[in-house]
Amino acid sequence: MTTFTPTTSEEVLSTVAWAVAEESPLEILGHGSKRGIGRPLQTEHTLDLSRLSGVTLYEPAELVLSAKSGTSLADIEKLLAENGQQLAFEPMDYGPLLGGEPGKGTIGGVLAANLSGPRRLKAGAARDHILGINVVSGRGEAFKSGGRVVKNVTGYDMSKLMANSWGTLAVLTDVTFKVLPAAETEVTLAIRGLLDDAAAAAMAMALGSSAEVSSAAHLPERIAARVAGGSLGNDAATLLRVEGFGPSVAYRIAALKTLLGKAGPLEEIAGEASRLIWRDVRDCRPFADNSEKPVWRVSMTPGEGHQMVLTLRMQAAVSAFYDWQGGLVWLRMEEGDPEAALLRGLLRKHGGGHATLVRAAPSHRAALPVFEPQPPALAALSERLKQEFDPKNILNPGRMA
Amino acid sequence: MSGLAMPKPDDATMRRRDEIVADMRIIVPGEGVVDAANSMRAFESDGLTAYRQLPLVVVLPQTVAQVSRVLKYCNERNIRVVPRGSGTSLSGGALPLEDAVLLVMSRFNRILAIDFPNRTVVAQPGVTNLGITTAVEQEGFYYAPDPSSQIACSIGGNVAENSGGVHCLKYGLTANNVLGIEMVLMSGEVVRLGGSHLDAEGYDLLGVMTGSEGLLGVVTEVTVRILKKPETARALLIGFPTSEQGGQCVADIIGAGIIPGGMEMMDRPAIHAAEDFVHAGYPLDVEALLIVELDGPGVEVDHLIGLVEAIAYKNGSTTCRISQSEQERLSFWAGRKAAFPAVGRISPDYYCMDGTIPRKELPRVLAGMRELSEKYGLGVANVFHAGDGNLHPLILYDANVPGELDKAESFGADILRLCVKVGGVLTGEHGVGVEKRDLMPEMFTQVDLDQQMRVKCAFDPNHLLNPGKVFPQLRRCAELGRMHISGGKLPFPDIPRF
Repeated sequence: MTTFTPTTSEEVLSTVAWAVAEESPLEILGHGSKRGIGRPLQTEHTLDLSRLSGVTLYEPAELVLSAKSGTSLADIEKLLAENGQQLAFEPMDYGPLLGGEPGKGTIGGVLAANLSGPRRLKAGAARDHILGINVVSGRGEAFKSGGRVVKNVTGYDMSKLMANSWGTLAVLTDVTFKVLPAAETEVTLAIRGLLDDAAAAAMAMALGSSAEVSSAAHLPERIAARVAGGSLGNDAATLLRVEGFGPSVAYRIAALKTLLGKAGPLEEIAGEASRLIWRDVRDCRPFADNSEKPVWRVSMTPGEGHQMVLTLRMQAAVSAFYDWQGGLVWLRMEEGDPEAALLRGLLRKHGGGHATLVRAAPSHRAALPVFEPQPPALAALSERLKQEFDPKNILNPGRMA
Repeated sequence: MSGLAMPKPDDATMRRRDEIVADMRIIVPGEGVVDAANSMRAFESDGLTAYRQLPLVVVLPQTVAQVSRVLKYCNERNIRVVPRGSGTSLSGGALPLEDAVLLVMSRFNRILAIDFPNRTVVAQPGVTNLGITTAVEQEGFYYAPDPSSQIACSIGGNVAENSGGVHCLKYGLTANNVLGIEMVLMSGEVVRLGGSHLDAEGYDLLGVMTGSEGLLGVVTEVTVRILKKPETARALLIGFPTSEQGGQCVADIIGAGIIPGGMEMMDRPAIHAAEDFVHAGYPLDVEALLIVELDGPGVEVDHLIGLVEAIAYKNGSTTCRISQSEQERLSFWAGRKAAFPAVGRISPDYYCMDGTIPRKELPRVLAGMRELSEKYGLGVANVFHAGDGNLHPLILYDANVPGELDKAESFGADILRLCVKVGGVLTGEHGVGVEKRDLMPEMFTQVDLDQQMRVKCAFDPNHLLNPGKVFPQLRRCAELGRMHISGGKLPFPDIPRF
């Protein structure tokens, strides 16, 4: 049982090459903030990238940042904030939900888990902002893809292939992301007291307007009290975030108020209070209860989310809230059984998508597919791709099984 | 074909042509199989017209089942297949091969579903880019990526090329606007990636399919995200005495936290050609002309116009006009949009390049281009997607002068090498195709390229789909799969271990 902690990409290469030659699998680790996601690993050795760290290039005017993969996300976000910029895809922090401390996680982990946040609707996920990578494949070979420019179609986009690969294709050593200006102003419009179906209709109306809503979430009754230190109170809150330059935000909020004036009582929440709410929605804080009650992250057609939950409630005790206009459903199974087959069956009936069991006891994670099972032809294609990158199954073996 | 080596035609396939044509007619009955040389002539080239080749046979399927059967048939008999959408590729991505079935997707031309509450459109791959916007604009929506060929180019082709456009700085490329596809593998298997939900459940195969230039699969259905049209758009037309000042202005606009809907630059030769052609009222005494378009609510656009104007003056602009009407805004764009045909008027032929560079390197690259222009004795005009660093140098030449096409191609290759040297890439949006295929080693090592080819092996292990494109040298998948193990040496003895 050895933990390797390389500080250079050359050391990563030699470590992986050694593991390939020994046919000895490695667990690939950054800070370990998402270690609880996926099938539990039982590898003899660990490759800890947390000391492969440092921002190697940051040019604000070029909107580009490169860093070694083990660089702390918090450090990068701080550096960007000092320059009025941000990772626009707003990567979530799984720490609180999984019983860890907040503020952990590496930039490599951001890509490997394809993180995003409430702004996913408008700004995309990590996959949409990654420009280039350097990696070591499970063949023990270092290769690169992409570059440091935004527009690039030279060869296959191998960088996107790393998104959501959970360390099973290659070990990231360097990543280059597109960065963007942070909004000058943000204001959230909250509609209070809506039931799920009315909230879905209100969010669709708002997103279908030219108000450029960047995030739309619905926190049902009681869930609303579990964000931002209870500042929203108990009543259901349907939240619409508007960001940009001051005069534009004021104008668009006014337009939304006119559009949604009849939907329910409206509240405006500005500045830090708004930021806190969206941070907690992003990080699934309503279910960050230090328990092992199963939590699902379901991505589906926005308008179908609440309907699926309605059907699910008839057969299981669940708590639910919605982000991405209803297209991201967070579910906590209150009776302790993940009900994987039931949920995935309902998901198929409601337009399809994918359900990931992001929190569960190790026994459940070992026994159930944590990631959405794929149809046979697609599963076979994914397996062939894994073979082309990691033929000896050295990297995080079985994690996505 | 000026020195371009394509895969050697397969004798067995060539000998069986009649049999293959007859079998294709069974799979795709009616008008869907074209085998007469005269009729196939329309398909012999794409937007890269310097290269022409008649295919073995042209097949125009109408159903997914037909696509699947054609591919399965070809896979089992080792017959190559070149997929084609509207044939507007500027890099020869749809160039036929003598021994390959040309699979033309133009009859897949229907919009299948429009969902306004969820803001998605499901389209067949032969629907044009603009056709999607046309289908939803009565409700005030549009599809954001807008390649300049949008009247003609197909959405399936956009997926294959990861097409961009003027608006992609703010609204993203095809990859950022496509939610799902249905595709057929060379084996004939039908696979769906994504849908009307966000992100992939496993590996991001949709991400790697987008921009794969028809080498991995044939797209048979596309789900895209649509957006509500901005309330208004206005533009500034800004002239600078030097390209350095223009470049700094672009950097300062972005530095101020402004991401314009479009930001385009032209150099002196391009300005003059465009002005002579469309009389857009461009200033002729400047070295760089910048068009900055701001879109959104009127109050936001007015606010940002003020900020951009101040930044322009700070950077020494000598002229700065602000559009006061929709007509005036369109007149600012008229010259830029006509830049290619305008250059076509001052030169018998032109060759359009497509490198991307870090923006700050613009003055250095323009200076390098002037030197190369003297070296080759050929003129060059530049249009530039300034916001994202994507350069389109137009090399002026005359194909009727012996040797000039070769010279233009060498000039172009040198420009792309320069782009790579300053930290940029070979192609920003036109694709590698056959055009830049042999330049790939300028950017990638053999290890890099081998791993890309291994991706191809997972999708198409016999290299039958669009071979001869993108990769300078094809290696058999069995060879690529071999492992070279250097023995169980312990890694760096000084790595900390715990």
